[in-house]
Amino acid sequence: MAQSLLLISRQAPWSGPGAREALDIALAGGAFDLPLALLFLDDGVFQLRKDQQAVLLQQKDLAANLQALPLFGVEELYACQRSLVERGLVADQLGLPVSVLDDDALRALLGRFDQVMTI
Amino acid sequence: MKFAIALHAPAHSPAARRALRFAEAALAGGHEIMRLFFYQDGVHSASSTVVSPQDELDTARQWREFVAQHQLDAVVCIAAALRRGELNTEEAQRYQRSAASIDAPWALSGLGQLHEAIQQCDRLICFGGH
Repeated sequence: MAQSLLLISRQAPWSGPGAREALDIALAGGAFDLPLALLFLDDGVFQLRKDQQAVLLQQKDLAANLQALPLFGVEELYACQRSLVERGLVADQLGLPVSVLDDDALRALLGRFDQVMTI
Repeated sequence: MKFAIALHAPAHSPAARRALRFAEAALAGGHEIMRLFFYQDGVHSASSTVVSPQDELDTARQWREFVAQHQLDAVVCIAAALRRGELNTEEAQRYQRSAASIDAPWALSGLGQLHEAIQQCDRLICFGGH
C-alpha cells in the first residue's frame, strides 16, 4: 500500500520560490497517483487569496498551478483556520475549495499521514 | 531502518551540518540511507564550487566525501538547481552557461525521485524546511 504524504506549505506566494516548489511536489505526486494532501499553514494561506495581481511584482501567477491541483488528483486541500484569521482572510476570498481546520482538527490531520514534509 | 533524507538549505546553513551529522549517525547506528534528495536552496549544499576559508568548515565538501565514501544514492532536484545556477556539465552545455558545479557523486534528477524515496523509505527526515 502506498505511503501517504502530508505536504505543509508555509511560504507566502511572493516571498521566493518556496510556494511554487511546494506545489511542484504536490503536482508531481498527483501525476503519480500517490495519496497526498496539501495543508496551507502560516503565511502559506496567502497563496489561497484569489484575484492577486502578480504582474505588478513582475511575477508569474500561482493561480494556474493551484487550479491544476484537482486536475492532478490532489483533492485533499486544507487550510489552518488560525492562520487565516491572523491574516484577516475569510472564506469567500479564497480561490480554492479548501477544508478549514481548527487546532484540534489540525492535530488529528498531522497524525493521519505516513510522512510529513514542510516547505 | 531505511531513511530518506531531504535537505532544503545551503551548505553554509546549520541545517546542512545537522543533516550531515544525522546521516553519519544513521549509518554508524546500522541504518540505511536509501536516498538523499536536495531541494530548494539545498541544491547549493551539493555544489562543488563552494570555497570556504581554510579555518572554516566546508560542509559541501564534507557532504560530497560522505556520499562518495558510502556510495549513497544522492539526488539534486534539477528544476530547483537550474533556477539557482547549479548545473552539471550537460546542463551547462544545454543552456550555454560557463560553469558547472554539480558533478559525481551527485545526480541531477526530478521530483519523481523524491516521491519514489517517500514510498520506499521507512522514515523521511527533512532538514532546513520552513
